[in-house]
Amino acid sequence: MSAPSAVPAPPPRGFLRRRLFTTDHRALAVLYLLLGLAAVVAGTLLSLVIRIHRVWPALPFPFYGILRPEDYLAVVTMHGTLMVFFVLTVVPQSAFPNLVLPAQIGADRMAFPRLNAAAFWIALASLGVLLAAFFVPQGAPISGWTSYPPLSAIAAAGPGQGAGMDCWIAAIALFCVAAVASSANLLATILGRRGPGMRLERLPLTAWSWLTSSALTVIAFSTLFAAAAMLFADRHLGTNFFVPPGEVIDGIARAGGGGSPLLWLHLFWFFGHPEVYISILPGMGLASALLANFTRRPVPGYRFMVAAMLMIGFLGLGVWGHHMFVSGIDPWLGTTFGLTTIAIAVPSSAEVLTWLAMLFRGRMRLTTPMLFTLGFLSFFIAGGLTGPILAQPALDAYLHNTFFVVAHFHLVMAMAGVFSIFAGIYYWYPLLTGRMMNELLGKAHFWVSLVAAYGTFFPMHFAGLAGEPRHYAQLAGPVESFPSLIPVERGITFAALTLAAAQLIFLFNVFRSARHGVRADENPWRATTLEWSPDLHPITRGEPYLYGSCLGGTEDFLPQWELAAPARPAQPYLSGPKPE
Amino acid sequence: MNWLPPNGALRGIGFDHLLRWNLDTIFWLFVASQVLIVLAMLLGALRRRPAQPATPAQPRSLAAFLFTSLLPLLAITALYIAMVATSHHLWAARREQPSARNAIQVEVTGVQFAWYFRYPGNDGIYGRLLPGLVNAPAGNPLGLDPTDPHSRDDIVSPVLVLPAGRPVDLRLRSQDVIHGFFIPGMRLKQDAIPGMVLHLQFTPEIPGVYPILCSQVCGLGHARMQTRLRVVSEAEFEHWIAAREPGAPPLSPAPGGRVGGAATSPAESRP
Repeated sequence: MSAPSAVPAPPPRGFLRRRLFTTDHRALAVLYLLLGLAAVVAGTLLSLVIRIHRVWPALPFPFYGILRPEDYLAVVTMHGTLMVFFVLTVVPQSAFPNLVLPAQIGADRMAFPRLNAAAFWIALASLGVLLAAFFVPQGAPISGWTSYPPLSAIAAAGPGQGAGMDCWIAAIALFCVAAVASSANLLATILGRRGPGMRLERLPLTAWSWLTSSALTVIAFSTLFAAAAMLFADRHLGTNFFVPPGEVIDGIARAGGGGSPLLWLHLFWFFGHPEVYISILPGMGLASALLANFTRRPVPGYRFMVAAMLMIGFLGLGVWGHHMFVSGIDPWLGTTFGLTTIAIAVPSSAEVLTWLAMLFRGRMRLTTPMLFTLGFLSFFIAGGLTGPILAQPALDAYLHNTFFVVAHFHLVMAMAGVFSIFAGIYYWYPLLTGRMMNELLGKAHFWVSLVAAYGTFFPMHFAGLAGEPRHYAQLAGPVESFPSLIPVERGITFAALTLAAAQLIFLFNVFRSARHGVRADENPWRATTLEWSPDLHPITRGEPYLYGSCLGGTEDFLPQWELAAPARPAQPYLSGPKPE
Repeated sequence: MNWLPPNGALRGIGFDHLLRWNLDTIFWLFVASQVLIVLAMLLGALRRRPAQPATPAQPRSLAAFLFTSLLPLLAITALYIAMVATSHHLWAARREQPSARNAIQVEVTGVQFAWYFRYPGNDGIYGRLLPGLVNAPAGNPLGLDPTDPHSRDDIVSPVLVLPAGRPVDLRLRSQDVIHGFFIPGMRLKQDAIPGMVLHLQFTPEIPGVYPILCSQVCGLGHARMQTRLRVVSEAEFEHWIAAREPGAPPLSPAPGGRVGGAATSPAESRP
């Protein structure tokens, strides 16, 4: 910490050098947020195209016309890729830690500022390459965000599987590099650059969640990078990692082969399942912190929560096979992956039960960040509860790849993830702008979004039970047309349009409050963690989340940067006093 | 639960019971948790005014930890274990057993964007397939080798016809990309992976017509890749097979020939 390089250079002059070509983590956080905003706008518009086409398949889109089946699949593929990588990974795992992590752990800067800045530019390039897929001959790929070979390995297998698929692979490879670089930086920062007094057992739970998800990112995205490289080699270098012998594509027998598509499934889901936790663990850490703040009570069982989070991260590496129960793995292996998946439900349930218990202590303040945290909790439970159902191979053998699964992951990953992103933005907004976001608009945004999100994703369970598979460009098929689902689908589309429209309230609030919001004081939420410290180089003197303590003063909280009164406050259970 | 299509398979009854038990359980857990959240919000809103003086944080007593965290966690863990234990019987019965001796053998081949069903004929042996001979417009969608004596009596059909009450052993393969073989009415799903042969067993019980879908995105015609399973009586099945055996009056049209590539689904050619 006393290395000469730690002496801060004078701030560079000029808007571009301060805001754009910078290694300052706070400026990078803003850039990441803008990147996430661009991706979420694109991804949401694509999802509306999906919803409208499913209900009115003959309706022409302006400047395009009627969607062909391959266009629909391209839209679905791009929607999934944009949302999973550039929204649900970039914002919780890159934007938020750049915004607050160094401050939260008392570090003056990131461990590797240049690597950190490079990661952003690579992620931006990745988004550009991905979106370019729309404009290459034959358009974007159609094989879904999981890109199973041989459909993804052989260009002749479908429109968009040529240049569009190459764009997808290049974008994913670039994103892997960016994610690993960014996470390596976070790991080094958390482990090596904590400020004075910030011992590991004083780390905020958000920092613990970033530690866990960064470790997962390094492991998972390295694997995905290898898989993408192998897929590229299969397509252009004549290898056959994923292409079996005896392929007949479009009536033409293909020479060679000798690999197995199952290898891709293993590699992809070894990335894909940890990815779910990468995107939701930061939300879990934030939920614990905000529930403590807005109930003015400590997090019960801090060590218990840390252990549960680490356990989720560890077990998350061993459950990927539950995506493959019906994909040709040995049935006994299916049983095994079912058991590991049920095992991961236990620490997840421990977190949920702790949050529920936290709701009933103290005085709850229903601010906008708190409402969005409650929304996160509601969706996490709603989507999480179908997890143990899908973890049973016997039941998954019917529900796999139906809309039941679409409902499951949109609730537990997408909606819980996005609501926790909103909670973070409303909560940390004063750090960015020095102003508060408008509470009335925030609450309107919350309630409309909550109802519309349930209206969008809850009925998908019924479509799944009726047996409707994913990726159907239209309901009406030559044999099965799912007539009972037509009113359900229509309702989902109206709810989705409402959900998207509600986000205009949010955007208006974000941009208006930057100029006209109420000025925030230094610690507007009366929070305990160091990002709210008035001192730029605070010394950590206590554990996080000491709320509700009568400390001899008038305040009901003890910030980490302040010394406790001589009579130490009583410690919450399971986080007993540390030997000094 | 009434959303599920009617079940026609022997083990489908057990599946439906199991799914209903699971859905009921998680539905009430879902309701209970949402009620708790709303209740906490109401209590919070009521308790907010007048502002209470700050109270010292009470150390969390062991009893509170037991009753709000540990016991519910143990209960929910027990529930998860019960779920896994009850459903494993069904999975084991369906997937971990060898096929029955009297099982009818049918080979299922997924092709962009059609399903083909091949019955081995009187000799009980499937004829050789050669990828180079695949020619759907010429009536050989699977690439049957005409020089192999076993292939002469093979029957290729665009619909799956099975007798009620007899176990079936499907031999699942794919010619090009991964397809998902899905019969909702039989509560049955298994991917067809190119380069692999996978077996799938079930027993259709109730005669009727059941849609067969593709559940794994396989290209632009994915949503059209549908056909039918017809479950018929044993006598009707024998008649159907006999009408397609070599020497029987020629079928019009040849099973694959009518399909003409990927443009139309075989489902329309109902025998």
